[in-house]
Amino acid sequence: MASSTLLAASNLSDAGLKFFNSFGTVITFLAIVLAVFWAAGRATGRFYKPIAIFVFLGPAIALLLIGLVFPAILTFYLSLKNSDGSTFIGADNYTWAFTNSNIQDILITTLLWILVAPIVTTLLGLGLALLVDRLKLQAVYKSLIFLPMAISFVGASFIWRFVYEARDPSQPQVGLLSQIAIWLGAKHPPNWILSHPLNTFLLMVIMIWVQTGFAMVILSAALKAVPDDVIEAARMDGARGGRLLFYVTIPMIRNTLIVVLTTIMITTLKVFDIVRTMTGGNFGTQVLSNEMYTQKFVFFNDGRGSALAVILFIAVLPLMIYNVVQLRKEREVR
Amino acid sequence: MTAETIAPADAPAKRVVPARTAIRRSFSSPIASLIVIVITIVWTIPTVGLFVTSVRPAGDVANTGWWTVLAHPAFTLGNYQTVLFQSTFGASAGLMPYLVNSLAITIPATIIPLTLAAMAAYALAWVRFKFSDTVFFIIFALQIVPLQMALIPLLQIFTWLKTIGLDFTGTYVQVWTAHTMFALPLAIFLIHNFMAQLPSDIMEAATVDGAGFFKVFRTIVLPLSTPALASFAIFQFLWVWNDLLVGLTFAGGTPDVAPLTVRLAQLGGSCGRNWELLTAGAFISIIIPLVVFFSLQRYFVRGLLAGSVKG
Repeated sequence: MASSTLLAASNLSDAGLKFFNSFGTVITFLAIVLAVFWAAGRATGRFYKPIAIFVFLGPAIALLLIGLVFPAILTFYLSLKNSDGSTFIGADNYTWAFTNSNIQDILITTLLWILVAPIVTTLLGLGLALLVDRLKLQAVYKSLIFLPMAISFVGASFIWRFVYEARDPSQPQVGLLSQIAIWLGAKHPPNWILSHPLNTFLLMVIMIWVQTGFAMVILSAALKAVPDDVIEAARMDGARGGRLLFYVTIPMIRNTLIVVLTTIMITTLKVFDIVRTMTGGNFGTQVLSNEMYTQKFVFFNDGRGSALAVILFIAVLPLMIYNVVQLRKEREVR
Repeated sequence: MTAETIAPADAPAKRVVPARTAIRRSFSSPIASLIVIVITIVWTIPTVGLFVTSVRPAGDVANTGWWTVLAHPAFTLGNYQTVLFQSTFGASAGLMPYLVNSLAITIPATIIPLTLAAMAAYALAWVRFKFSDTVFFIIFALQIVPLQMALIPLLQIFTWLKTIGLDFTGTYVQVWTAHTMFALPLAIFLIHNFMAQLPSDIMEAATVDGAGFFKVFRTIVLPLSTPALASFAIFQFLWVWNDLLVGLTFAGGTPDVAPLTVRLAQLGGSCGRNWELLTAGAFISIIIPLVVFFSLQRYFVRGLLAGSVKG
């Protein structure tokens, strides 16, 4: 008993110290900002505006240069060097990435991810967006389907690890999937997480589970923005049901559909948390972003880790550019 | 909580217009309703299973599935007590220090980028200068740099800082800084879009009254931008709270700094079959996002709609 009280006390003082650090930093930061504002606000004459620009913009630009611009350039540079960055080895890391059979498997698994998960998610989201608006309790359904979006991938992975938990069939099952398989008549349900290639798809289910609500909410908003007179005109021309959907409604929301699809593709391409938490990249489930982490922090190979990061960047680039341009266009229209 | 208040971004749904009713009717059938209900149940069951397991006694959890809970109705909060405060999973004091870390990381990592981004967005929108459009476009374009590109060099920068006497390794400072840097492009973009649409005559009137840029920013622009600031704050809060990659890279795995997600990911790999404890731990990590989500759903959805391309 005494030791647990002691532990509670140490917990409390530990928490107190951490919060003191954390809030202290925030308050100090805000105080510095205000002090700088006060000091800079006293400047007059022709220096007033340049000083104001420097004060407002300087910190953000400095952080962006140190945190993004410079590191991105350095990553390109490191990817051309060996494991500890001491020797320049040209494109060897890239040759390694595309010829090593292990990495080839990883690239194929990654490709499977970015094809299957986003398409299934978008279709499910579209279907739900079309169906859910007619229902009485639509807000409840939407909230419940959207809810996993607030959960971290780590939390989601735990939820699903429990669903996929497998035991010897002679014992009572605690994993829902095994139990359902047994109810459906399976004598020996597999150990889901260990069975390749099924396990990769089971991990994708987590991504789909998390992202479907996102697709549904955004597509639902897009469907509501389709002007009524367009639908009305199409109906006058005799379009009904499926024809109305495929020839009028879906073309009208085409841009949103593509943005949703590419956004989920980007998220999927960088999926790291799910694979790391569920399998650690073992059992044939490894993907690019987790392998990059493994190369850097398990094998301490900066060169190869950087090369994989660059490959990831190049793969994401067209999707990102498309999205960013699309987003900009939409904003200009508004 | 009524159905109305938790509706995500669908307030206009109440006003049903004839054409829309028509298109809805053309899909309307009991089967359609059934599909939605089945999907909703399937989507909810895994989380329910996690929660139910986390409040059952260890013996029940080990020997029966959680769906049999109605046949063995026994509940306990002991699992939470154990994971939070006792020496489980090889950690000296349970998950409590990690929970504290998550909060201690998330709050500054939300407020600091929010402040810096609001300042930069204001300068780019209202303190016009020769290259302000170019600078805005470059910041906007930086959204395409994925996190993974910046990790290794940023870590090297921190290592280099250590050699010149500025040792931030093993402190929150590294994590705060990394989160702030990675948040800025999106934050500046979102807040700039909002600020740029504020009416210019208010700004002009204040300037005529003798207010400088700093006063205009504090007393006019910031209060008027509250909706955009709130959206981004919630988005960033959830993003940092749920993050694993930045935490893992910059905080290490110690109870001094590491957030909850990092610890849980470790447990996922190392810990065996104590599901009543694992589920309780996982539920602790998701309860705060869920509360934020349910209470501020509207803002969250808005942030998400605007911020879906965060790198």
